[in-house]
Amino acid sequence: MSLALFIEQLLNGLQFGVMLFLMAAGLTLIFGVMGLINLAHGSLFMVGAFACASVAAATGSFWLGLAASLAAAAAAGAVIEILVIRRLYDRDHLDQVLATFALILIFSEGTRWVFGSFPLYLDIPALLSGAVHLPGGAQYPVYRLAVIGVGILVAVGLYLLIGRTRLGMRIRAGESDREMIGALGVDIRTLYTLVFALGAALAGLAGAMVGALQSVQVGMGEPVLILAFVVIVIGGIGSIKGALVGSILVGVTDTLGRFLLPAAFGLVMEPSAAAGVGAALASMLIYVVMALILAVRPQGLFSAHA
Amino acid sequence: MLLEVDGLETFYGASQALFGVELAVAEGEVVALMGRNGMGKTTTIRSILNLTPPRAGRVRFAGQEIAGRRPHRVARMGIGLVPEGRRCFPNLTVDENLAAAARPGRWTLEAVRTLFPRLAERRGQSANTLSGGEQQMLAIGRALMTNPRLLVLDEATEGLAPVIRQDIWASIRTLKQEGLSILIVDKTLSELLRLADRCTILEKGSTVWTGAPGALDAALQDRHLGV
Repeated sequence: MSLALFIEQLLNGLQFGVMLFLMAAGLTLIFGVMGLINLAHGSLFMVGAFACASVAAATGSFWLGLAASLAAAAAAGAVIEILVIRRLYDRDHLDQVLATFALILIFSEGTRWVFGSFPLYLDIPALLSGAVHLPGGAQYPVYRLAVIGVGILVAVGLYLLIGRTRLGMRIRAGESDREMIGALGVDIRTLYTLVFALGAALAGLAGAMVGALQSVQVGMGEPVLILAFVVIVIGGIGSIKGALVGSILVGVTDTLGRFLLPAAFGLVMEPSAAAGVGAALASMLIYVVMALILAVRPQGLFSAHA
Repeated sequence: MLLEVDGLETFYGASQALFGVELAVAEGEVVALMGRNGMGKTTTIRSILNLTPPRAGRVRFAGQEIAGRRPHRVARMGIGLVPEGRRCFPNLTVDENLAAAARPGRWTLEAVRTLFPRLAERRGQSANTLSGGEQQMLAIGRALMTNPRLLVLDEATEGLAPVIRQDIWASIRTLKQEGLSILIVDKTLSELLRLADRCTILEKGSTVWTGAPGALDAALQDRHLGV
């Protein structure tokens, strides 16, 4: 195993983690601030990917597609918040799960109805299509590095938004006492719509960026959604910092596990058996990590409610 | 009248809590809302702000009906609530608590710090690390930062050490001298009677007496407020 391969896999893990972060940040905000479990967050990821792919195909510009993905996901988020989610805040989690699961079905079938069952493809923009040389002689796509960069920028932006602005103060205040912040003259309902739309836009952004790496198809959001839930449980519900650390941890663990475990078992087993055992363990690895972390810190690494 | 409450009837689910509350606060006036525990003082305050919307009766603030407005709209008309139990935002710092809902006017961060120098010392600490008295100062400061025309103080001195109580009373007197209209609920009768321009007594969810503090004699106190 060469150093170059290891660095490449590490970067892949980082890029995967950053993409998870964009999903998990919205999910953890919505769960932490409003106490709402939103299963439809994966659908917003899909909406972003489809908006980007179709607009990019129509206009020939990835960048217009990216803008469209943000707008479409934010708009879809705001609409479902006003029509459906708003009625769920005071209900228990089971009702929320049921209603947002229904939204998944509606979004999936609606998308299939409009775009058909065949996947769409999204090309990497020319500006980001090259590769850079890594130490050790390998090459790494610029696009994936750009994804990492965007994730870091979003993380910093969110940190400043939540920690330093009045909007962030109100969001955090609403998290601890929703009635009180309302009684002081803050329109918490509109604030929630805004937070929901922001979370949706981040999911859409993740979908658009992933769309250029994979195919864009119905149901693409749900596997990511499950991982994003793992991330926020590990990181601590409601914590942006936890979402970032959890995402990177899950992304890197998953990617390196798939790469290193078969090789590690290869040292003590026959190659074919090692590949089988290694792959099986690798797909369990993040859940093992989650179990270990929750055994030590049941509230997650950086719980906002600790 | 700045605040006029007329025939207020409020329910919690099926059980009726208010049976016709009458209450008024004039501009610049301090009105004490009195009564034993469970007689409807806090419910009256919640109904005024539409936190628990009344089923009958009406509330007018500065000449406008409150009915149908959501609590944040009512607050924006100029009512600053210092709730029972203080309810500071525990996860926010002192300065953030003050700034989160601030609206422009005479009360700025500087002005609140002048009134409560303790809050300046604690500015970067999160609210859940403050003592009860400091949290009370913060709750009052937070309401003042919305620059209300009427300050509503619900049990602002409850559960505090005597020395701290004196500080709180002193600050309330300062606010009165500034001409701020105040609706106050408290259990410390002696301080309340010194401060108030008028008293309104609730019993079993309706107003049973309104008058000047001087007219609230021992017999009345015993009948409506004694335990």
